[in-house]
Amino acid sequence: MSGRAAVRVAKRAALYTAAVAFTVFAVFPFYWMFLTAFKQNRDLYVGATNLQHVPWIFNDPPTLDHVRLLFFNTPYLVWVKNTALVGAAVVAITLVVAVPAGYSLARLAGRWGERLGIGIFLTYLVPPTLLFIPFARVISVLGLQNQLGALVLVYPTFTIPFCTWLMMGFFRAVPRDLEEQAMIDGYSRLAVIGKVVLPLAVPGMLTVVIFAFTLVLQEFVYALTFISQVERMTLSLGVPVALVRGDVFYWGSLMAACLITSLPIAVLYSSFIDRFIAGLTAGAVKG
Amino acid sequence: MAPGPQAQATLAPPAPAFARRTLADRESVLGTLMLAPALAYVILLVGVPFALAILLSFSSATAGSLDFTWAGLRNFAKLLGDPQFHRALGNTLRFMLVSQVLVMVLAVSAAHVLDAAFVGKRVVRSLLLLPWAAPVALASMAWVWIFDSTFSVVNWTLKVLGLLPGWLYWFGEPGLATVAIITVHVWRMFPFATVIVLAGMSVIPQDVREAAVVDGAGFFRRLFHVNLPMLLPVVTVAVVFGVVFTATDFSVVWLLTRGGPYNSTHVLATLAFQRGILGANLGEGAAVALFLLPVLLVAAVVMLRLARRAEVGT
Amino acid sequence: MATLTQPPATEEPTALGYVETRGLSKHFGDVRAVDGVDLCVMEGEFVVLLGPSGCGKTTLMRMIAGLEKPTAGEIYIAGERVDDDVPPRARGIAMVFQSYALYPHKTAFQNIAFPLEAAQVERSTLRRKVQWAAALFGLDRLLDRRPRQLSGGERQRVALARAVVRDPKVFLLDEPLSNLDAKLRAMARFELKQLQRQLGTTTIYVTHDQVEAMGLGDRIAVMDKGKIRQIGTPRDVYDNPADTFVATFLGSPPMNLVEQDEHTLVGFRPEHFLPREVFGEEPDLVTFRLRVREVEYLGSDRLAYGYLEEERRSDQPVIAAVPITITAPLAEGEVYEFAVRRRDLRFFDARTGLRKPAPR
Repeated sequence: MSGRAAVRVAKRAALYTAAVAFTVFAVFPFYWMFLTAFKQNRDLYVGATNLQHVPWIFNDPPTLDHVRLLFFNTPYLVWVKNTALVGAAVVAITLVVAVPAGYSLARLAGRWGERLGIGIFLTYLVPPTLLFIPFARVISVLGLQNQLGALVLVYPTFTIPFCTWLMMGFFRAVPRDLEEQAMIDGYSRLAVIGKVVLPLAVPGMLTVVIFAFTLVLQEFVYALTFISQVERMTLSLGVPVALVRGDVFYWGSLMAACLITSLPIAVLYSSFIDRFIAGLTAGAVKG
Repeated sequence: MAPGPQAQATLAPPAPAFARRTLADRESVLGTLMLAPALAYVILLVGVPFALAILLSFSSATAGSLDFTWAGLRNFAKLLGDPQFHRALGNTLRFMLVSQVLVMVLAVSAAHVLDAAFVGKRVVRSLLLLPWAAPVALASMAWVWIFDSTFSVVNWTLKVLGLLPGWLYWFGEPGLATVAIITVHVWRMFPFATVIVLAGMSVIPQDVREAAVVDGAGFFRRLFHVNLPMLLPVVTVAVVFGVVFTATDFSVVWLLTRGGPYNSTHVLATLAFQRGILGANLGEGAAVALFLLPVLLVAAVVMLRLARRAEVGT
Repeated sequence: MATLTQPPATEEPTALGYVETRGLSKHFGDVRAVDGVDLCVMEGEFVVLLGPSGCGKTTLMRMIAGLEKPTAGEIYIAGERVDDDVPPRARGIAMVFQSYALYPHKTAFQNIAFPLEAAQVERSTLRRKVQWAAALFGLDRLLDRRPRQLSGGERQRVALARAVVRDPKVFLLDEPLSNLDAKLRAMARFELKQLQRQLGTTTIYVTHDQVEAMGLGDRIAVMDKGKIRQIGTPRDVYDNPADTFVATFLGSPPMNLVEQDEHTLVGFRPEHFLPREVFGEEPDLVTFRLRVREVEYLGSDRLAYGYLEEERRSDQPVIAAVPITITAPLAEGEVYEFAVRRRDLRFFDARTGLRKPAPR
C-alpha cells in the first residue's frame, strides 16, 4: 500500500517538476525583459563576472526611466502608429479578400474548390525568405521603397492564404440546413450569405482579424528589406534595428519596448491559438 | 404529355408567375467571383514573384539598376565553389535538424504533461504559448541580451553554480553561436509543436488509451506502441511547419549573429539577404534563396498527402 | 426557353396536378438516388413520401424545393415549370427540415418574420402575421427567446410557424417529427393534420415512419431505390399492395408471404391469420397448419411466430397476430389449425414481385 502511494507521490512530483521546468524555459526571456525594463542602470550594467551581484532580482528599487525614455525620446510611438496603420490596412484587405474566398471554397466551388483551397493554403508555405529578393525589385519598380504602402501591398500575400483557409473551416461549420432554409424562405444565395452566414461567422472573422494583425506584427524580413528610414519603420523592425545608437544598446528601453509590444500580442494570440491550430491541422486531425 | 409543343404555339405567353434566377442565385458565377480576388492576389503577388525569383537567379541583376542581363548558370556555378555558401547550406540543414529533433522531444513530453490533470494546467498552457506568440524579432532581442558577452545571466548562473571555469563569449565563437541560435529556435518552436501534438492527443479515442492501461502496458510501451503511432499524422504536421519555419527563418540568425562570427553562422536566408540586398547583387541572392526550394517542395508534398488522406477519410 | 414551356393548362386542365414531377431523376455518380419519378399531387392534398432511408424520398423533395438540380425530368408547381430556372426562393414553397434549421442568432419572432422580410412585407402587416402564426402554435409567450432557449417541441412549432407565416403554395416537410419524443410526436401529428385541413395548403411530407404516413397522408407514395412503387390512399396501399416490397414495408409485423407454387407468392396480413375456430361456419376459408415456435405477448395482441406445416414446404416462416380477445390456446411447439378468408389473400408474381390477380 504505502509503496504504491510513494510511487504515486513520486509521479505527481515528477509531473509538477516537468510542468515547472517547461514553464520556466518558456517564460524566462519575458521575465528577463521585465527585469531589464525596470532596473536602474547601475543595477543593470554590473557585469556577470561579479558573482556577489545577483542579476535575477531587483537590487535597487525599480525605475520607470527606461520606459519614459522609450516613449518620449525615441520614435517608438511613431512605430506604434505605423504598425497600427499597416495592420489596419492589411486586416481590411485580408477580410475583404479572404472571407468571400473562404465561403466560395467551402460551399460554392465544389470538388474543384477543395483542390484550389489546398493550393491556396500551400502558398502559405512559400516563405518571405524566398520572395523578398524579387519583391525588392518589384517594390523599387513601383517606387514604394520606404513607404508603408509597400508593406500593405506585400503582407496580404501571407495573410490571405492562411485566413482563406481558416474562413473555409468556419464556413463549413455553419449547418447547410440553415442556408437552404433561408433560400427557401425567400433569399438568394447572395442574400443568404449576408443575412445568415456572415452573422454566424462573426467569431471566425474575429479570429481572422486577430491573426492577420499578429502576423503583421511578427513580420521582419520584408520590413527590413523595404524600409530603411527610421520614421517609416514598424515595431518589429524599429525596435531591434533602430533603438541602437551607434554601437550602444539602450537595453532598458529596448527590453521595455519588447515587453510592452510582445505581451498584449502574446495574450491575444494565446486566446485564439486553438482556432489557429484547428486550421493548421485540419486534415491530419479528424475532430 | 410534354407541354413543350403546345406551349410554343401560344403566341404571347403570360408573364411567368415565378421569379427567374438572377446573378445572386447562380452559385457557379458567385463562387468564381468570390474566389477571384484571392486567386488574383495569390497569383500576382506570390506566383509572379516566385517566378521572378527563379528568373533573377539566372541573371546578373543588381539592386541599383533595372537592367536584366541573362547570366545562365553563372550564379549557381559561383555558389557551388563558394565555401561561405557551403557553410550556409550546411548550417540551414544543421539548425533545422537539431532544433526539430529537440523540439519534437520537448513537445511530446510537454504534451504528455499538459494532458495529465494538475492544478494550474490552464495557466501553464497559456504561459507555454508565449514564445510562439511574441513577435520573433523582439523575442530574439531578449535572447541577444541574455547572451550578452559582458552581462550574460547565463554565464553568471553557471559561474555561481561552479559549472563554468572560464568565460563564454556566446556570439564570439562559432560553436557557441550555433548553440545560441538553436536554443532560440527550440524555445520558439516547441510551444507551437506542443499545442499541435496536444490537439492530436485529444482525438486519440479514450477507450484505446484505457485499453492500453488495462492491458498493463508501461509508459514507454504505451508511448511507442499506442500514442506515437496514432499521433503520427499530427506530429507530421508539427514537423512540416517546424521545418519550414526554421529552414526559412531569417530573423533569429540575423538579429543574434548577423551570420557572424566570421560568417560562420550564415544560413541561406541571411546569406541571400547579405548578397542580394546589402551586396545589391539580386541575381546571386535569388540563387542562394532558391536552394530553400527542395525543403519547401518536400513539405508541400507531405501536406498534400495528408490532405488527400483526410479527404479519403482515414 | 423556359418561357416557351408554358403549361398546357387550357388544353388539358385536369392533366396537371398542383405539384407534379415528370420522369424526374437525380444521379449522384453511378447512384440513381431518384430514378424517373412521376408524382402528381392535387391542390390541397396531403401526400406522404414513405420509404426506407436511402430510397430517394428526401432527394425528391429537395428537387421540388429547388435545393437539388435534377439530372433529368420536369417539375411543375401550380401549373408552371420550375425545375430549370426558378430558384428555391421563388417557388412559393415553405419547408421544415428535420433539424428545424432555426436561425440561432435570431429570436423566435425574428425567425418567423424572416420569410416575410424577404418578401418586403410592410412592418405592421409583418407584426400581425407573425402574431397570427405564433398564436396558431401557442408560441405567444416565447417570441423573445432564441432557439437554444426553447425545448424540442417548441423549436418544432417555431419552424412550423415560420413555414405557414407567408402563405406558401406548398408545404414540404422533411421528417419534422422525428426529433420529438414519442409522447409529443402523437400529439404533434394530430395538430399537424388539423392545421393542414384548416389551411388547406398542399403538403408533401417525407417520413420513414409508416404510422405517421398512415395517420397523416391523404395519399401515400411508397418509395424504394429511387422509384415510387405505389401511390394511393393509406387504406389502398395497406390492403392492396402493388408488390412484395410495399406488402412487407407496410404493416407491423409485415405481411406474410408464402410460396404457393413456383410462379406465385401468396400474401396475408398477420391480423387476418387466426385460429380456425374463430371463423366458425364461415365459407371461403383457406386453412393452414401452423407449428408455433414462439409466442410474444404484446398486451393487445399475441404474436405467434411459426412455420406452415404443408406437404409441399414446411419451412416457411409466418406470423399470426391474435387479438387478446381470442382466447384460443397457443403453446410453443404445438401445431394448430389456422385460417385466412379467401378475400384477404393477395397474390404476387414470384419473379417480379408484382401483384397479380387471384387464380380461379
